[in-house]
Amino acid sequence: MSWIPIAMLAVPLLGAAVLLLPRFAGRVPRGYGLAVSGVTLALAVAMAAVFDYGDTARMQFQTDVPWIPGLDLRFHLGVDGISLPLVVLTALLTFLCFVHLAGRPQSRPRALAFTLLVLETGMIGTFLALDLLLFFVFFEVVLVPMYFVIAVWGGPERRAAAVKFILYTLLGSAVLLLGLLVVWSQAGTLDMVALARGNGIARSTQILAFLAIGAGLAVKAPMWPLHTWLPDAHTEAPTVGSVLLAGVLLKMGTYGFARIAIPILPEGAATVAPWLGAFAVIGIIYGSLACLAQRDLKRMIAYSSVGHMGFVLLGFATLTPVGVNAALFGNVAHGLITGLLFFVAGAVKDRYGTADMARLGGGMLGRLPYIGSLLTFACVASLGLPGLAGFWGEMLALFGAFRPAAELSRPLFLTFMVIGGIGTVLTAAYFLLMLSRVTHGRPARDRGPAVDVTAYELAAWMPLVLLTLLFGLWPKALLAITTPAVQAILPGVGS
Amino acid sequence: MIVLAVLAILLPFVGAAAGLLGSRVPRSRTPARTARRRAAWFAVLPVAISAVAAVWLAARQAITGDHGAADTVAGTLAEIETGSVPISVGLQVGELSALIGVLVTVVALAVQVYSVGYMRDDPRYPSYSAFISLFTSAMLLVVYAGDLIVLYVGWEIMGLCSYLLIGHWWEDRANSRAAVKAFLVTRLGDVGFLFGIFTLGLSAGSFRIDDVLAADIPTSTLIAATMLLLAGVAGKSAQVPLHTWLPDAMAGPTPISALIHAATMVAAGIFVVARLYPVFLAAQPTLDVLGVIAAVGMLGAALSALAQDDLKRVLAYSTISQLAFMAAALAAGSDHAAIFHLVTHGAFKALLFLCAGVVIHYVGSNLMSHMGGLRTSLPVTFWAMTIGFAALAGLPPASGFFSKDAVIAAIEHSRSPAQLFLYGCALVTVGVTGAYSARAWLRTFFGSRRPVPPSDADDHGHGRAQHEERGRPAVPRSMLWPVVLLAVPALLLGFAGVREFDAESAAISVVIALLGAGVVYSLWRGSPAQDPARMLGPFRVPCERAFYLDTVYDRLVARPVLRLARGVVRTDDRVVDGAVRGSGRAAVGLSGLLRLAQNGNAQLYVTGVLAGVLLIAVGVVVLA
Repeated sequence: MSWIPIAMLAVPLLGAAVLLLPRFAGRVPRGYGLAVSGVTLALAVAMAAVFDYGDTARMQFQTDVPWIPGLDLRFHLGVDGISLPLVVLTALLTFLCFVHLAGRPQSRPRALAFTLLVLETGMIGTFLALDLLLFFVFFEVVLVPMYFVIAVWGGPERRAAAVKFILYTLLGSAVLLLGLLVVWSQAGTLDMVALARGNGIARSTQILAFLAIGAGLAVKAPMWPLHTWLPDAHTEAPTVGSVLLAGVLLKMGTYGFARIAIPILPEGAATVAPWLGAFAVIGIIYGSLACLAQRDLKRMIAYSSVGHMGFVLLGFATLTPVGVNAALFGNVAHGLITGLLFFVAGAVKDRYGTADMARLGGGMLGRLPYIGSLLTFACVASLGLPGLAGFWGEMLALFGAFRPAAELSRPLFLTFMVIGGIGTVLTAAYFLLMLSRVTHGRPARDRGPAVDVTAYELAAWMPLVLLTLLFGLWPKALLAITTPAVQAILPGVGS
Repeated sequence: MIVLAVLAILLPFVGAAAGLLGSRVPRSRTPARTARRRAAWFAVLPVAISAVAAVWLAARQAITGDHGAADTVAGTLAEIETGSVPISVGLQVGELSALIGVLVTVVALAVQVYSVGYMRDDPRYPSYSAFISLFTSAMLLVVYAGDLIVLYVGWEIMGLCSYLLIGHWWEDRANSRAAVKAFLVTRLGDVGFLFGIFTLGLSAGSFRIDDVLAADIPTSTLIAATMLLLAGVAGKSAQVPLHTWLPDAMAGPTPISALIHAATMVAAGIFVVARLYPVFLAAQPTLDVLGVIAAVGMLGAALSALAQDDLKRVLAYSTISQLAFMAAALAAGSDHAAIFHLVTHGAFKALLFLCAGVVIHYVGSNLMSHMGGLRTSLPVTFWAMTIGFAALAGLPPASGFFSKDAVIAAIEHSRSPAQLFLYGCALVTVGVTGAYSARAWLRTFFGSRRPVPPSDADDHGHGRAQHEERGRPAVPRSMLWPVVLLAVPALLLGFAGVREFDAESAAISVVIALLGAGVVYSLWRGSPAQDPARMLGPFRVPCERAFYLDTVYDRLVARPVLRLARGVVRTDDRVVDGAVRGSGRAAVGLSGLLRLAQNGNAQLYVTGVLAGVLLIAVGVVVLA
């Protein structure tokens, strides 16, 4: 029984509940959300500090109490090297969203703070849960607040985007639930740790369950061709919504592969992996090409997520330690970099009143030199420049595909690797063309002076910039945590 | 001793960070002049210390060099587990690395000092000099790297700096396009390079360069790996067919062209082949391919150089041609000749670019048709550039004479199947090089001044127009010193390789070079006002357009990709998302159909029930 994971769930949830008190009606203290998410972040940092890095494969900070005894459901929480980075990332991004909101208050601040705190509870819970149904519950809890974030605080087309988002992902969740129930009925337990140790599910059932669970997670990731909810949701969502959507929600899908689909259903994974890899590389090329022809800045960043998640899924598909490492690294890097990209894109949209590249004109480096430079930095990081975080995930995923697990076809994965390599060039192409179009050139004369980056914005962005640099220059900081855990979930696979 | 290498890499990096972040702090109270002065210190001081460290490392190599491999300085900071082959973050300074390290830091120092004067009026000097520092750091990382992945990190950061610096005057869309093109073309080659590293690393079980060189790898794997590496080399060192970015890269400030696009970064490809030379020697087919690429590239680029009017583009094509000479030496089996030519070329080509910068600064235009007769007004530059052109054409006693002789002798004695082709191309190229050097020299410094039309002045928009109004600008002292300093090695460096001098091939190549120069001279003598490039006749336009390769790439690659991208967006909207919306509409429609039955009419319900009973009864009777 450890109190830290419980506190990490309780603090944002209680924080949200307190907001319901009638005395907060209409006037919520300015720094309230900041304080609550700050405490959560402090807890996450404390957890990372106390975490035993000598044994990252072991589940630490475990809490395991009966929840619904009749159904044998347990309230089982814990972290290991796979989930720890994501937990900290979630707490950090939520905190930074509140920093952003402190500098740029939105309408209905009480409702927004409430929604975001509930969202945080769900996101952190997803990464902490070690019981399949508990995981599913947190997975679903996230959808509702995100629906409201998009539907209430979004752009002009927000209703349609929010409905599409929730229906599409709910449909995915239904399939996911079916898969989880298949696992339960066959193995007789819902405990992830026990299931990963070996569960004796027959191969054909494993394939079926993997297909169901994989499809559910693939909607969330999102994997091509199940991605079309994403561009609409991102384009319409407010800045904080986009940041959390790209930074954390997409990771819940890919995290599911590392936590549930691959360790619990290894034979199913081995059978389906070539298809997963194929869809992943199609997604890389398809996403990059779609970006190349986009006119809207936020929509382009949304499609770039399809491409980047393609690299993450390709890493999983190789079923090698290096590939899964790459996927986990790519997850964190994408969360940091795309979070930053959406923050900056939001700042651009606030100042220009539009995110349409043709109407933005050019010359942002002349008009808003700091924002233009930060946009350049984020794009360069996102296109996978070595020395910044985005590189290691992509490079290791390609390296994993260079020699996939023994039971997979090597020529097929070599083809995937080459296609992925072409994808990196296309990724560079669309980011640089966008930069050339938006930041270079002379600013239009009719625009008045604009406020460059504000102190709140800098405070919200700098941690992301610094972490991108840190993990880029010193990838060991992350790989040392994930490698032992990854080797533990892939038994029987040599290095 | 490895601390020196670490210091040499880290100091410019810190300088870059300080220059970017610290020049204008506090933002409101720092006047532009203070910021510029501060940035200049952040730029010059670290690279000066780096240069001292690099020279020290090289000197130590030279002193202890007789003890064989034991003199290599190496150190590993950490091993990074990846779940497969680990990455070892380590440096290793051997003889080759020490030598190139000196070249990089000395040229970088010269360029930083020169830029203080050249970019005097540029408001963005702090970021400019910081990117040069970052570049220096990245290049030193490539040179000193002990691990292939570490090398690749530096390799790509160099590409980024090249992109940022080519696009330094980003107000002009043409510069922006050139920067993007440079990054994308080299990135395309780098994908192959990365896959080559994968192949070597996985076969050797380690990314450490020493382990890779020592590993016993099957020849077929080696051929595949080196061919893949060659893609990156061709991209970075601007070799056929990935060379088209380099002439456009001349859109950047001239000091950048001197540092990145002449002396150091573009030579990195040659350096990497030399660094991994045992691997390449074991893969003869790769060396043959390299030889053919080099032969085609050196002659084609030299012909293009002969037809250009832009002085910087002449130098850019000559860089491609000279890099092909180095590649040819590698293909012929002599890495010594290649590196010798790399070092002398680094010195004389940087000198040529810096001189060209002085000329351009003075004239206010890049075009040679706006120059002429500058011999008297720019005497120092004239003599320095004369040394540079002599070295480029391979005339004694300049450095290029000795190194080019070494290359030609290596090709002559090579046993490669492509030897005859390569040798022929090399000799013709020597003649063409003499011709274009003479043409550029004569058209810049001799004859009568040709005025700059007012509309063409200030084609980069960084304040040259003011010079025109104020009359001729004085050339700042900080620009002349680096020129004079670089002229010394450009003239004398060749004597370092005098031991391997091959008199016979030297005589042949000097005669051919003089022949080329003589033809141009006689043409120019006939009518000094006209361009000697007219001797190319109908081939002049194809040469000037570099044989239309840009157009071909545009038609075959750029446009189809953009068309495909638009197709994907359409498909995504109509087919992929169309299916989603369609299923939504279908569900709504279906529920509409079902609703028809639920209309509240009791008669209809009873009719339904009766019809059902009837159906069941009939079914039972028929099936029973």
